[in-house]
This record gives sequence, C-alpha cells and structure tokens, in this order.
Amino acid sequence: MKRNLIILAGAIVLTVAAAALLVNIFERKQEGKQAFYRVVEITDEIEDPAIWGKNFPYQYESYLKSSDMTRTKYGGSEAFPHVPTSKDPRTVTSVQKLDQDPRLRIMWNGYAFSKDFREERGHAYMLLDQELTERQEVVKQPGACLNCHASTYLLYKKLGDGDLTKGFHEMNKIPYKEVVQMAKHPVSCIDCHDAKDMSLRVTRPAFIEGIKAFKATQGITEYDVNKMASRQEMRTYVCAQCHVEYYFKGDGKTLTYPWAKGIKVENMLAYYDEIKFKDWIHKDTGANVLKAQHPEFELFSQGTHARAGVACTDCHMPYQRVGAMKVTDHWVRSPLLNINRACQTCHNVSEKELFDRATTIQDRHHKLRDTAFDALIDLINALKPYKDVDLVKNPNKDLEAARNFQRHAQFMFDFVEAENSTGFHAPQESARIFGDSIDNSRKGIMAVNRYKDSLKK
Amino acid sequence: MNLKNAPGIVVIILIGILIGLGAYSFIYAKGYSYLSDDPKACINCHIMQANYDSWSKSGHQYVAKCNDCHLPHGNIAAKYAVKALNGFNHGWAFTFQNFHEPIQIKDLNRKVALQSCLNCHQPMVQAMDIGAHKGTEDDVKNCLHCHRGVGHGQ
Repeated sequence: MKRNLIILAGAIVLTVAAAALLVNIFERKQEGKQAFYRVVEITDEIEDPAIWGKNFPYQYESYLKSSDMTRTKYGGSEAFPHVPTSKDPRTVTSVQKLDQDPRLRIMWNGYAFSKDFREERGHAYMLLDQELTERQEVVKQPGACLNCHASTYLLYKKLGDGDLTKGFHEMNKIPYKEVVQMAKHPVSCIDCHDAKDMSLRVTRPAFIEGIKAFKATQGITEYDVNKMASRQEMRTYVCAQCHVEYYFKGDGKTLTYPWAKGIKVENMLAYYDEIKFKDWIHKDTGANVLKAQHPEFELFSQGTHARAGVACTDCHMPYQRVGAMKVTDHWVRSPLLNINRACQTCHNVSEKELFDRATTIQDRHHKLRDTAFDALIDLINALKPYKDVDLVKNPNKDLEAARNFQRHAQFMFDFVEAENSTGFHAPQESARIFGDSIDNSRKGIMAVNRYKDSLKK
Repeated sequence: MNLKNAPGIVVIILIGILIGLGAYSFIYAKGYSYLSDDPKACINCHIMQANYDSWSKSGHQYVAKCNDCHLPHGNIAAKYAVKALNGFNHGWAFTFQNFHEPIQIKDLNRKVALQSCLNCHQPMVQAMDIGAHKGTEDDVKNCLHCHRGVGHGQ
C-alpha cells in the first residue's frame, strides 16, 4: 500500500514534469516563429513609449531600466540623498562632481557649470535632471537645450507645422523654461525608430547638418544620413545625434556641431578659433574660453572599436536572449556592467581579463587626467594677477598668447574630461590630447613668464 | 472492482498518460533528430541559430557537420556519451534560461573540437608538434586560438 503511494506520487510528479516540459517546448517554438505581436497600431504621431511598449514589451521593459542607478569605478551614478527644496523636490540625485574635484570650479569659473555639475544619470533622468539643475538659476537657457533632453520629434512637427527642420529652428529660440512645458518624455522610441517598420532613423536636424558638413570634409557631397547610411552606421548615428560636441550658433541659438573641418579635437578647435566663438570670459584670467560638451561620437570615432566597424549599440545595447527571441537590450548602460554580452560576443577571453583590461586603461587615463588638470590650474594661477589687463587698450603679444594657450589647453582637457568613457573609447587619442593640453599649459606658463619679465624692464 | 486497488489503477493510468505525453513530447520536440547527424537538430532549441547560419555559409559546410567537430571520433560509446551530456546540458540551460549569452564552450568540448581538427588535418599539421600541447586552456599552440571562426563565426 505504502509502496503504491510512493509510485503514485512519483508518477504524478513525472507526469506534471513531462507536461511542463511540453508546454515549455511549445512556448519556445512559438517565440522562435514570431518575434513580435502587433497589439496596437503605432503611428508617427505616438510619442508615449508605453504604447510602443505594448507591441515590443521586452524592449520597453529594458528601456525602463535606465532609471536604475548603478555606477562603475569612474562613471555612472548611484542614488545620492538630496534634501528637497521648493525649487528642487528630488529626494535622491547623483553626486556633485564639483565637490569631488574642486579644480572643476576653477576651470569653469564665471560659467554656470561652476555652480552645479553632477554625475550623469541614465536616460530616464535626462529631462528631469536638466530642468532641476542649479545652472538654470544662473543663466537663461534657450530652448535649444531641449534638443537632447527630451523626446522632441513630435514637438518639432508641431512647432514647424509638420516640417521637422522648421520646428527645430522655432524650438531653439523659445526660452527653455517655456518650451520645456511642452515636452512630455525623455528620449523615447519615436526619436530613433520609424513607426512604420521600426527601422532606425535620424530625427535631429542638427545631426543631419553636422554629419553632412563632416562628410564634405571627406569629399562626400550632399550627404543625406537617412538615405545613405548603412544599418551598422545608423546603429552609431542614432546615438551621435546627441553624444557630441556642439554650440549654439547666432541669435537663433541654432544647435550646431562644429564639424566643418573634421571631428578631431584640433579640427573643432580650429573651427571655433576661425569663427572667434567663446562660451564665456574666464573670471580668473580674462581668457575667451570654451566648454567642451560630451564628444562621445567624435572620440569613439578615433578608437580601435570604431575602426573595426563596431557600433555604439553593439556594446551599450547588446543583443539579449529572451526565450527563443533575440532582442536588443534597450537598457543603455556601461558595458562594464554587462561584460558577457557586451564584450564576449567578440572577445574570447574571460570576463575578469576583459574587466581588468578596461580598468587598466581607465586607471592610466585617470592618472594622466590629473597631471593635465594640475598643469591647467597652474596656468590659470599664473595668469590670475593679470586678469584685469585689457588687451584692446594695452596690446601685448605674450599675454594674448598665454590666454590663448589657456583656451586651447582647457578645451583639450575638457574635451576628454567631459567625454563619457574615462578614455576607453580611444585610449591613445585621449592620451595624445592630454599631452597636447599639458604642452599648451606649459607654453602658456612660459608666455606668462615672458610677460612678467617685460613688466620689470 | 475493489476500492483497495484504486491507487494501483490510478498509477497505471498515470503511467499511461506519462508514457503517452512523453512520447508525444519526444516527437513534437523532434527528439529523434538527435540520433541523426543532421545539423538542423542543433537548431531545435534556437540558441544555435546564428552558429547554424554562419556554418551554412562557411567552407566547412561542404566537409563537416556539427557532429564531425563537436563529438569524439572513433569510439562510439564516447561519441554518444558526449552527445548525451551536451544535449542534457543544453536542454537544461535553455529550459531554465540560466546561461551566459553568448554561450561559451566548456573545457571538455574544447578538447573534443581540437581533437576533431586533427582528425581531418593531421597529415597537414603533424610536423607542428600540436600533439604535445593539445587541449590545454593556456596553450597557444592550439588550432582554435587562431582559427576559432572557421566552422562558424559569431
């Protein structure tokens, strides 16, 4: 009797297991057959990612994860407690980088960034964090800022009566505080995907113009990114719509990428020098200086991964397996948090080995950054006693040269400092730029000394 | 009918269902295909689709199928032991979805694959003294170190 019961229990367990296995095989077979189900009709007018997410639940689910706060050794963010105020109701935010490295305040003295510069958080926070930064208190920002801090595709269409470029120019001019009321979402599906067939597309007029100017330097005329780029190129270009160096041109505050001479740091610096552009006059030195933004695309383009044909998406949004389906991970994050899928698809080496390689690069980069930063601060300090010297009234070649060296040293340093990879996107290029920056700081100090000597005579 | 025999009858019915369900699952999942040499058997569980696709465009497709490289040669018992072990591991991992993606070859299978290279290419490479070093993890004199994409890329 007892033995019968044991056999009965065994038979029940085995039958259930066999049925569960059958159902599992059935599910996988179904997943293998059809990658997505059209639950709702998605049109070019739907901005809300939650609606797109009904048809693409796995992509949407991973997209939502960009609200997670995870950090790596040098980048990323972790929840940092924030005492809510009437102006800023956040209870958590990311760490204040100005407190971590006070040299940043000196470099940006006189500019809004010296008031607030926090660690960047995931895409989910792009709109919120820009609205609430204390920089908004210091300067009146133009609507142009919104180009990369919100889903703007429909906003362009609305402001331009269906014409994207017209809407773009309209939006740039409107004060930020006004236009931000019209923005509903951070970057979402519609900004990179065509609603018709989910293919990738570039929606930012600033990039369309920028890449056209850059391609012209390579002898390619009338480049139309949405028609001429390959799919693999698009997997970089959709990111490069925002992860670039830029400035606001003229009274229209047109968001412009300074690529007409090329996308290396000295090409962009030459561009800015030619048009005599400055972001602000440095408070400690009187130099006309520039603030580099976040030139991920430009620096990455100088690296070995770009040379090998790797796209941003390959490492930051690698394929993941969901059952029998292959899905692009829309949780955009550091590959260091996802080495298996981000790196090991190509690199047949252990996770630890890959992590150690990346860490070695970043450690060396960070050390060199410190050296270059110290050199720049030395130059700023050397220039400080002469900040009130008006070079229009009292022209002096040495002091002018010294201020110009600061402009160059500072842009080069900031270019690599502001770039989001701690040197990894192009280690040798980053080191070369730091080297050039140090050289400019050194030459600047020599020029100050010459000026100082001339005063004694 | 005696009530005392009820559990016995239920057991018999259940065993019947179990056998029927098992047999149906086996046929539905194309279990029999694993007894063959057909490379399509390897994409039953979808994970190998990319490997299958690239193999079907590689030079090796004309001379070698999955089993020719990934199972031991010569000893039929060893062949089916490795096949059963791999099949079980793959089935387990795919059913419970707990595996690294991209999947990584295990030590045993690396050794098997290296030995398979030699099975065909021995006459060509015997002067290279691979035999003394074959199959070790840190061994640079290892066919796959340089030729890991020959059968199928990623």
